Order: sequence, then C-alpha cells, then structure tokens
Amino acid sequence: MKLTVWTYEGPPHVGAMRVATSMTGLHYVLHAPQGDTYADLLFTMIERRNHRPPVTFTTFQARDLGSDTATLFKSACQEAYDRFQPQAIIVGASCTAELIQDDPGGMAETMGLPIPVIPLELPSYQRKENFGADETFYQIVRALAKPAEKTIEITANLIGPTGLGFRHRDDIREVKALLADMGIGINVVAPMTSSPADIRRLPAAHFNVLMYPETAQSAARWMERELGLPYTKTIPIGVNATHEFVQEVSELTGIKPYINKECLHFPWYSKSVDSTYLTGKRVFVFGDGTHVIAAARIARDEMGFDVVGMGCYNRETARAVRALAHEMGVEALISDDYLEVERCINAVSPELILGTQMERHIGKRLNIPCAVISAPVHVQDFPARYSPQMGIEGANVIFDTWVHPLIMGLEEHLLTMFRKDFEFHDEAGPSHHGHLAVTPLDERSYHGSKEDNNSNGNVIWLPAAEKELKKVPFFVRGKARRNTEVFAVERGMSEINIDTLYEAKAHYAR
Amino acid sequence: MTDVHSINLPYGCRDVPILKERGQREVFCGLTGIIWLHRKMQDAFFLVVGSRTCAHLLQSAAGVMIFAEPRFATAILEETDLAGLADAQEELDRVVAELLDRRPDIRQLFLVGSCPSEVIKLDLQRAAERLSQTHAPSVRILNFSGSGIETTFTQGEDACLASMVPVLPDTQKRNLLLVGALPDIVEEQAIRLLSDMGIESIEVLPASHTDMSVSVGVNTVFALTQPFLGDTFSALTQRGARHIPAPFPFGERGTTAWLRAVADEFSVADDIFDRVTKAPRARARKAISRAAEALNGKSVFFFPDSQLEIPLARFLTTECGMTAIEVGTPFLHKGLVGSDLDLMQTGPVFSEGQDVDRQIDRCRQAMPDLIVCGLGLANPLEAEGFATKWAIELVFTPVHFYEQAGDLTGLFSRPLRRAERIRSLAAE
Repeated sequence: MKLTVWTYEGPPHVGAMRVATSMTGLHYVLHAPQGDTYADLLFTMIERRNHRPPVTFTTFQARDLGSDTATLFKSACQEAYDRFQPQAIIVGASCTAELIQDDPGGMAETMGLPIPVIPLELPSYQRKENFGADETFYQIVRALAKPAEKTIEITANLIGPTGLGFRHRDDIREVKALLADMGIGINVVAPMTSSPADIRRLPAAHFNVLMYPETAQSAARWMERELGLPYTKTIPIGVNATHEFVQEVSELTGIKPYINKECLHFPWYSKSVDSTYLTGKRVFVFGDGTHVIAAARIARDEMGFDVVGMGCYNRETARAVRALAHEMGVEALISDDYLEVERCINAVSPELILGTQMERHIGKRLNIPCAVISAPVHVQDFPARYSPQMGIEGANVIFDTWVHPLIMGLEEHLLTMFRKDFEFHDEAGPSHHGHLAVTPLDERSYHGSKEDNNSNGNVIWLPAAEKELKKVPFFVRGKARRNTEVFAVERGMSEINIDTLYEAKAHYAR
Repeated sequence: MTDVHSINLPYGCRDVPILKERGQREVFCGLTGIIWLHRKMQDAFFLVVGSRTCAHLLQSAAGVMIFAEPRFATAILEETDLAGLADAQEELDRVVAELLDRRPDIRQLFLVGSCPSEVIKLDLQRAAERLSQTHAPSVRILNFSGSGIETTFTQGEDACLASMVPVLPDTQKRNLLLVGALPDIVEEQAIRLLSDMGIESIEVLPASHTDMSVSVGVNTVFALTQPFLGDTFSALTQRGARHIPAPFPFGERGTTAWLRAVADEFSVADDIFDRVTKAPRARARKAISRAAEALNGKSVFFFPDSQLEIPLARFLTTECGMTAIEVGTPFLHKGLVGSDLDLMQTGPVFSEGQDVDRQIDRCRQAMPDLIVCGLGLANPLEAEGFATKWAIELVFTPVHFYEQAGDLTGLFSRPLRRAERIRSLAAE
C-alpha cells in the first residue's frame, strides 16, 4: 500500500485511452466499473476534444457482480461494434475488472467479430499510464502491421504522438517540416491521426522517427526487429539535438543533412548580450525522461545554465536520466512522489524550475519561477497558438518560454541597487508579470517545514547579519541562508554575524 | 428549436412512468464527493483505499491540480496487498499511522472504500473500529464506501453522512437538523432565515469541525438541503428523527416552499414568516427574472449526474419558463423528490439510470435548446452545435436559497447568452 496524495501518471488503461482517442476507426471496449468514465473528461476538457473518446465502458455495478459481468462485457462489445463499426477493437480491463478475472480478451476473441480484436494485458497494480500507452500501441502494431513493399520515395513514419501528450500536435508539424526540407515524405503518423488501415501500412516506410520513447519505444523496437525498420534515437528538442537528429536521418537514408535555419532565432538570442544574465542560472529539471534529458542538455549547452538537480517520474527512462545526471555532476531524482520533488527543489533552491504543472505549483509556493516542459498536461498546455517543442520553431518556443519567467538582466541589477524603493523592490516581482506582492521563500511558513528545514537550530543569526541577509536578492536568499548556516556549523560557530555571512559567501563563490 | 406547448397538461409528475435504463453510465463514482466534503469538514481527512485510478479520478475531478496539500489521499493497493489480505489490514495501520503523524491537526479520519477494496472484500469497518481504539480520543475514525460499484457521484456524500449518524450523540431536546453539505455562506443564510422566524436549536450535518454540537434523538426533526441523501435519511429515521418533506430550496418558490415546510413544523405564524422572507423573496424573484430572459420558452434536456436533476428541472420549468424534454437522474427517490415532482407539469420523460449512447440519440432527436450534462459529454455536444451546461458546476457552486437564485439562473442562461454573443464567429 502506498500513500499517494497526487500522481504524475494515471493508471495504464488511461494510457490505452490516449492511444485509442488519438486514432480513428479504432474502438476500445473497457471492462470497468461505473465511475471510470471520468477519464473521458481528460480528453474532452483538458485537451478540448470535440468528440467523445472511442471507448465503451461496461460500467458494472455491485448488482452485476452478483450475476454475470462476463455477459455484460460481451453485450457491450457487440453493441460497440454494431454502433461504431470500427476497423479494429482493443479490449481490456481497468484495475477493478482485473480483479474479477473475466478475461475480456479471451471473451472478445470467441465472439467472432469480423474485425481484428486486440487484447490488452495492462497490470494495473504494477504499471502506470506511459506503460499502458506504450504497450497498447505496441500490441496494435504487432497485430496489424505486416511486411510490405517500401514506398518508392524515401518516407518515414512518425511514431509516438498521442492524446494528452505535451505539444504532440505541434511537434508533428515541426518534424514533418524538418523531413520535408530534406526531401523525405511521411508514410504514416501514429497513433495520432492514424487508423488501423494506416497501421497496416507502417512497414512501407524506410524508417521510423521515434518521437516519444514513453509511448512508442516498444513498437519501434519490434518494428526494427521484425520488419527491419530502423528508428531514430535522437529526440529533436533543442538546437543541438535537432542538428543531431538531422545527421542521424542522413545516416539512415543517405540524404545529405539539411536544416533551413531562416527562422531559427535561438542561437543568436542566446549569444546576444542581454542573455549574459542567463549565465550560470541554477535550474532544476523534472518531468518525463525524454523531455528532462532534452531540457537538461539545452539548459547546460545552449542556455549556459547550471543544472543543479534533475530527475524524472517514469522509471522506464530512469537509466538514461541517471546517466546524464551523472555527467552533469548531480544525483538524479527518480520519484513519482511530488512531495519528495518539492523537498529536493527546496533543498537546492534553484533560480528556475523546468518541470511539469506540479513543479509550477511547487514553484509558486516556494517563489521560484518555473517553465513547463513536460506532461502531465493541463488545459494551459494546449495553447491555441502553434507552440511545438521539437525542431526549429520548438527551439524558439523553448527560448521564450524559459526566459519569460525570469527577471530580465538589467532589472535584476536595479532590484539589487534600489532594494528599498517603495515600488521597485524585490518582493514586487518581475515588472513584465505585473507587480505582485509575494512573500519570499525564507519568510513564509511552509507546510513541509518540519522535515524540510535544513537550518541548524543551534546557530543563531545576530540581528545585524539577519538584516544584511535581507539585502541579498530574494531569489538566492534561501540558498545564502542555508550555505551560511552550513558554513558556520562546519566551523563549530554558534552565532552568525556579518563577517560569517561574507566569509561563507567567499567560501561558496563560484 | 423545440416547440413543445404544454399549457394544457396537468400538474403532478409523482406517478408518471419512469424510463429505466441499464447501459453504459457516463457518471462519476462516489469518491468525487470527497472534493467538496473535505473543504466543508475542516478537521477531516479522507483516505481512499483503492487503486491508482481512484487517485487519478480525485485529482482530475478536483480541477486537475492541487494548490496546497489537500486533506485527502489514496492508499494505493499494490500487487503485494492483493496477494494476502491479512497484510492489507496491517498495511492500513501503517499508512494511517504515517498519515496522522504527518497531519496532527486531523480530528476525524474517513476510510473510504473503493471498487478494488470492495471486490477484494477488504473490511474497512473492522479497520475503522480497530484504528479508532488505537488513535482515540484525538481522532475519530469512520468508514464509508465511495466505490463506483456501490455509489454514483453525490451518493458518496450520502454514504459519508450516513456513516456519521450512528456516532452522533443522543439528545432528547427538540432540535432541527439541516442535512447536506452546503457552502458556508449559504448555510449561514439558511440558519439566519430560520432563526429570524424564532426557530432555535438549529444544527447542521456535516458540521465544519468535529467538536461542534450535532445531536439526534426522537424529538429531532430534519430537513434535507440536498436531494441525494437517501441513506442518511434512513439512518436518521432509525435514530428516531423525523423528516420534514419539502421541495428543495432552489429558486424563489423552492426556497419559500422549503422554508414554509420547516416553519409549519415549528408553528411559525404567517405574519412572521412573511416578514422574514418578504425582502429576500422579492430580491430572488427580481434576480431570477432578469437572468431568466434567455431561458424563457426554451427547452432543456438533463443527462443523469447528481440527482439534483428533478429539483432543478422543477426550478427551470416553474420559475424560468423552460420546457423539460427529458429529466435523467441516476436514481429517483420519490420519498425525497416527490414534493418537486408534484409541482411539475406533466410532459417530460423521466429516466433513471443510463444507456449513454441511446440517450445521446434521443437528445439529438429532440434538439433541446440547452443540455445539462457531465464534463465528458459537454464539449462533444457543443461541437455538434448544442448549448450545454456542465452539471458538476451545479454541485460545486453556491446555488441554494434566495440570495443564490439569480446565480443559479445565470448558470443556465450563460451558455445560451454566450452562444448568442459569438454567433457571428466564423465556424471552424
């Protein structure tokens, strides 16, 4: 039993719904109790989908448990076929149906439906949403894709985009453009926008672009092994990764690498003098593994930030995240407990968080700016405007999105100079966000303070030092306080005066 | 769109035949009630014993993100818990101890059953009794089921309140119990109106804190403020309390009828009743009439959601000039909504339960001007050109009694006014 207040990932059948909902001509018959239909609203509300997810829930109740839930499943399956006339059906159980062991897959196969019936085994008590999406897409591909003649022109499949993905819709357009610029056509985009008939055509492509390992790694590996379809390993998020991606595509296809840089503004913006203030900004990166790895590399190599902490919530990508964290000299946090993530952020006191919507809320509580880089998604992650993460425009979007929450260069200095100015003080926040009265990190009562307070109660701040500390810019004040206390404790000091503060500052100077 | 003229149809729908449906139900389970119950009961914690799905439902229904550590959580069952049941009870002890250690402010802990905990027959009653002994007197531990196999949406609140009734202290005094979780501002308005009529000893279930006086006995009378409290009704009746039947306090007429029924029970004189209600009645009437302009003459179709459907259909048809085509409700409890049914003109179809695809077929056929439905259906129906009102907002928003009558009307008229305003917007 695991005490859980909030979770980054839903159950695996929600992952299956993400695949089903992003496709056409496919129906999902889900053996599930009444109430599990809540998942529909994730798609209709968060993603503003204008159609109901193609999912029939059996919605059994207690009275059905006493009689015959198996018959209920079969009739739901038959009615779904009759009403929706899908090209293929996937069938499975949610957590409760898994316990009653009706075997939806077995039952559906005996019904003699004239279409492919694909059973899903998604262990609800062991695995989570991303596994569910990955496994479902893999099973669909395995059941439907058969060896086929290649297209005459060189084409690629884009695999991985699903419903409720972080900017998947816009990433598709961006990756299509990257390939089109090299003269490579698109065979199929799947699961998003594809039908079972399209899945059959997957093997006609010359290679796969694996856009999101979280949702299509298994399918990509299987197609490589069974159909001889190679796939790209680089995720084209960021300027460098986009170059590497194009290079990888070139190696797979023999086509000369080419990037149209006409609209690529990131490198110049990052070089321009205004960006000097970005140097060494301390960032904490958290989200799904794919986006975290991409973001950490951009942060270090393209923005000139210091990555002071990173991690992911999905264990499937833990190894790669650990490896990169090691390279960056930090320890990876692999956890799906947001309270642990919050403790970690509080301990390293970053100047910027790159995270999920949950880290954005953590940032609000701790008064640390945050840019969102990863699912789980919120309605805000489906902006009306075009805002990809991948490719050229993705890089531009990332530059803007990450810089926006920060205080601009000159403004940062002015805040320090005019600390006591009545309207231009640090607690007013960045001017381009409107002036908000915010309480600085070290002055607010913080609900987790019991276990998070790293300060040593034996060290006393003398009033003058305390006053001097208040003059330190608020976004590094928490760090300064902690460093000074650690410095004092290590030297067996019981009091902190102004000298201690500045000695600690010199000691920790970068 | 519809042109249903019902001027000559008789009033009284208590005995009209009910369309009973048993197909796919597009409704929440009772766990959803925790979202508002934990705001209402400020020293209570709700621990769902369930799966990742339960946790995901709660955070999705709670507006997707939480801003502070909420007073609810899920003890997620794992493979090891399913293997041996004896361990599950021990695990629960450990999780509860961990939780209470982290939240020493908690005075009342509800162990909430879910679909998986019920299917594996995890005995939460026994767990609650055992844990009560461990953690008494600082924490009271109760249990109820919010599972989808037992409860639909608002029935979770019913199950929760019903679980509290047996532990309410006994009393011989004549007191009035107002039953149902209402926003504080609404609850205070109701109490003020009744106090002004001279009614004393008014208590509220659920109270905002465990130490507030709520007692029950043979001289207790109770009025429900929500129509979905069937089990709580039975539990209170078993304790000897007597129910005051009344229409539910929505709109001016509903509120007046509800207050009148309570006032009659306490023999409040007509002149006092009129003096207390006159000004707010006039305000409510005025507010409704202004907001109802967009509703007058329009038709409405209710998908089942919260069991508020019948009282709300009563309000929209008798106070806002609307015509109801179908009033779907998850359960129809005539003992509770009978007074509202009595006030309604015959004509609408009353359906209980759901077969969502068939109901959508009927709805498309009927072409209502306004559809009241859940969040899963609203955008797809809007995309087909219908105006919709999300039903869940009717549960989360202050809508009861006089001062909210205008807001209640506005919830229904806003989608229609909006459609009118952006009519010139080029279609996709």
